[in-house]
Amino acid sequence: MGVTKENVEATLKAKLNPSHLEVVDTSGGCGASFVVEIVSEQFEGKRLLERHRMVNAALEEELKEIHALSIKKTVTPEQWKQQQEANQSNAAA
Amino acid sequence: TIRCASALTPQLKSTLDTVIGSNKVVLFMKGTKDFPQCGFSNTVVQILKSLNVPFETIDVLENEMLRLGLKEYSSWPTFPQLYIEGEFFGGCDITVEAYKNGELQELLEKAMLS
Repeated sequence: MGVTKENVEATLKAKLNPSHLEVVDTSGGCGASFVVEIVSEQFEGKRLLERHRMVNAALEEELKEIHALSIKKTVTPEQWKQQQEANQSNAAA
Repeated sequence: TIRCASALTPQLKSTLDTVIGSNKVVLFMKGTKDFPQCGFSNTVVQILKSLNVPFETIDVLENEMLRLGLKEYSSWPTFPQLYIEGEFFGGCDITVEAYKNGELQELLEKAMLS
């Protein structure tokens, strides 16, 4: 039994208390490859490398079985809001 | 609980210190720069090639102890792993992000001048 999208979501929710979380299974169902997008206050004041380290540390157990983990976005709620607004104004333009 | 013995022996650690300390840009990857064996490793190779910097690559598929030991050495669970001027810079996602926003180029230019 491999790691599921639900496993990854539950672990990240428990450890990083995200205000927004998106986990995409990119393995075609075998459960070994994921793309993660996560918004959390815990990223405040941290550089990108530290943020990725936090995600890796949270998924320490799962990573033993995951083939590929792509951390697409690690942003704070404030950065997330700015990005959403920028996207909306782009769409409206 | 039973714990596995560390793959990062003192000898391996000192070898890694030397390799990373004596090359400005080192990429630990799956495959070689001419024949990357994984899409993520290939992405970083292509970025470094496009920025025109000399870099060393080390194939972690050749040596299981090296592959396991490096994960401990870098505290980073996946490959590729990019080192610039003796410091761990990141994996594929971080390198792509830094390439897009210009930080990688800036850092590499600085490294080449030092």
